[in-house]
Amino acid sequence: MTSATLQPPHVRVGPIAWLRVNLFSTWYNAILSLLIGALLAWVILQFAGWALGAARWDVITRNMRLFLIGQFPADQAWRIWLNLAVISGLAGLSGGSAGGAVRTLATSVAAAQLLFAGLIAVSGIGLLGSVAYLANAALVWIGLVAGMRRLVPQRMVTIGWLVSLPASFILVAGVGDTAIPSVSTNLWSGLLLTLLLATVGIVLSFPFGVVLALGRRSALPAVRWLSTAYIELIRGVPLVTILFMADIMLPLFLPGELRIDRVARAMGGITLFSAAYVAENVRGGLQAIPTGQVEAAHALGLNGFLTNRFIVLPQALRAVIPANVGLFISLLKDTTLVTIVGLLELLGIGRSVLAQSESLGAQMEVYVFVAALFFVVSFAMSQASYRLETSLGVGKR
Amino acid sequence: MNGPAPNTRQARVPPWRNEHVLRVAAQAVVLLAAALFVGFLVRNLTTAMAGRGLSLGFGFLDLTAGFDIAESPIPYRSTDTYGQAFLVGLLNTLSVSAAGIVLATILGVLVGVARLSTNWLVNRVASVYVEIIRNTPLLVQLVILYFAVFLQLPPVADAVELPGAIFLSQRGLFLPAPELTPSFGRWLVFVAVGLGVAVAAGIVAARRASAGRPTRRLGMIGPVTFVAIAVGGWLLAFQAPIVIDLPARQRFNFVGGMGLSPEFAALLFGLVLYTAAFIGEVVRGGIQAVRRGQWEAARALGLSERQALRLIVFPQALRVIVPPLTSQYLNLAKNSSLAIAIGYPDMFKIGVTMSNQTGQPVPVILLVMGTYLVISLATSLLMNIYNRRVQVLES
Repeated sequence: MTSATLQPPHVRVGPIAWLRVNLFSTWYNAILSLLIGALLAWVILQFAGWALGAARWDVITRNMRLFLIGQFPADQAWRIWLNLAVISGLAGLSGGSAGGAVRTLATSVAAAQLLFAGLIAVSGIGLLGSVAYLANAALVWIGLVAGMRRLVPQRMVTIGWLVSLPASFILVAGVGDTAIPSVSTNLWSGLLLTLLLATVGIVLSFPFGVVLALGRRSALPAVRWLSTAYIELIRGVPLVTILFMADIMLPLFLPGELRIDRVARAMGGITLFSAAYVAENVRGGLQAIPTGQVEAAHALGLNGFLTNRFIVLPQALRAVIPANVGLFISLLKDTTLVTIVGLLELLGIGRSVLAQSESLGAQMEVYVFVAALFFVVSFAMSQASYRLETSLGVGKR
Repeated sequence: MNGPAPNTRQARVPPWRNEHVLRVAAQAVVLLAAALFVGFLVRNLTTAMAGRGLSLGFGFLDLTAGFDIAESPIPYRSTDTYGQAFLVGLLNTLSVSAAGIVLATILGVLVGVARLSTNWLVNRVASVYVEIIRNTPLLVQLVILYFAVFLQLPPVADAVELPGAIFLSQRGLFLPAPELTPSFGRWLVFVAVGLGVAVAAGIVAARRASAGRPTRRLGMIGPVTFVAIAVGGWLLAFQAPIVIDLPARQRFNFVGGMGLSPEFAALLFGLVLYTAAFIGEVVRGGIQAVRRGQWEAARALGLSERQALRLIVFPQALRVIVPPLTSQYLNLAKNSSLAIAIGYPDMFKIGVTMSNQTGQPVPVILLVMGTYLVISLATSLLMNIYNRRVQVLES
């Protein structure tokens, strides 16, 4: 053995050899390849023939505005644009300074906006929307550059995120009779409502879930039983039943004078539901902390609260970031269930578009479009989460 | 130890620093807070329910339901009670979940193995399938399958015929079904005898194996006699014990065979396609979790490829697979509640109908949620027992 490390020999494989190794290595592989290749070709041809020929995409383009922001008043749409601009800028800054998976996520935010710019350009909304999306994408890019050059301190970006979340919610909801009049939640719909439900759900359920996870591992039996009972109860029933219960029973549970509207009820249901799943994710992270860490903390004289606050939770929460991104993706997909209790999120808007007489029979077009929007968002996030997992070194044995 | 004895030290600690006292106090405070919170909710609930004339009783279950259910595994008429209607819903949920779990496991294992295939095309197709399914909502997949596929199928007269006498039409999916003839009972006797012989041979073989004597012949004799007796019985039974009943086209519908309504078929396919993608990832993860060294060590010990798979790799992969597989099964059962979006009368849909008709949503919701909870807990209990059996004991 020489001390110098040799690089593995570089093997150059020609196309024929590649085919032989990857598709026709044995006789059954050859048959399998041919069969699947033929089937695949048939499916792709059928789909392409439909998508480029028979499909009536005008149903989508005509209703693009409905799909994106639903019935949100047109003269108030600037509020959503402003929101989007703030989020784009922050995403760019974070991506620029953090790199890795966060950068992937920021890039995909920009890519999604470019996609929307294109979609709007071909639909009837007008070029202004397209230009606005292009400007937003540019904002992400500026943020990326600024972040990479460290023009904005990291602390500012964090504060920006923390402020922007409630601020954007207020911006969308509006306040009374001010310059941003309140917009009735009946008008919240489309992709806007989908994203709002998922974001509010994950943000509100996170602290609740952490408390439940700590409770489930508590040394006090009463606390442990209560937390476990809550988690198992929620995980044992389908989300639809919880949404149904939130829709019908939440008003009954609250004092008579307190009225909450349908969107808030759905948000409540989603939060109660996802808290149990956040708790299980966080518990996984907590279990991954070696006991030595806790013992060392005790030996240093930290009490239970300080141990959790400074030793256990920071490590556990970092370890569960990818799992929580996964949870956010499934929450995003699960928001479609609010159509069952009568809210018009992306799928619900799709159904109301199909109820228009001129959209008759365009089920495939509308539902495929809805599915494609979901796919773009959650695929980008799952890729980012995958990269995050590798960069954090989670799940390595 | 030269400090004070523990009991005297304990005595000196004031109660507000005594850990035992603090623990009890903390739990009492938590329980009290929880009880107060629940009490607050229940008080609000009872006032609100009294104000709206709602009740918590389950007496309505004995009233006449008065609504029809499109499909039911047991005889049901609209003159039956709400309790029976609920039972129909429960049975529908259970049947779609059971069929879904079996089919999703088969497809999922195939997908998982395909994801590990060295065949590039197989590998890619499986990956694309998994990514598409996992990144789109199940509800969207279900409405696509139902509204854009099953409801758009041609009428019975122009039904699509797939190889193997499978018909697809607006009326749903019609498949050939096995049908038992009167001689089935007689044939079952032969099968039982064959099974007995095979098991006996297996036991003897296992005994001999543990005693270190050669067993190769005996291991073969069992299955061979079993097949021989079963086939012989089939021939001797005068009449084939099982015949295949083919669906036949009539004017407006098919008769014979097994018919699945469009709602059931869409729900079943949707659940199977969705869950199989997740099970595929579970299976792939499980097989990949067994380190290469295990394969190599098994080969080095002289085990054949098949023996290595069966004795070394598979048991270890199973250990990783079973817990997440359980949660996928549970997800499938819970996801079957999305049936309401496509009109399949499962437990949740019937619950909603009952709640609308009786005007008593609270007991209905409790009943539906309680039943789902029982199903979930029972499934996880069963799977936990199985899981304990497949765990490799490490001491």
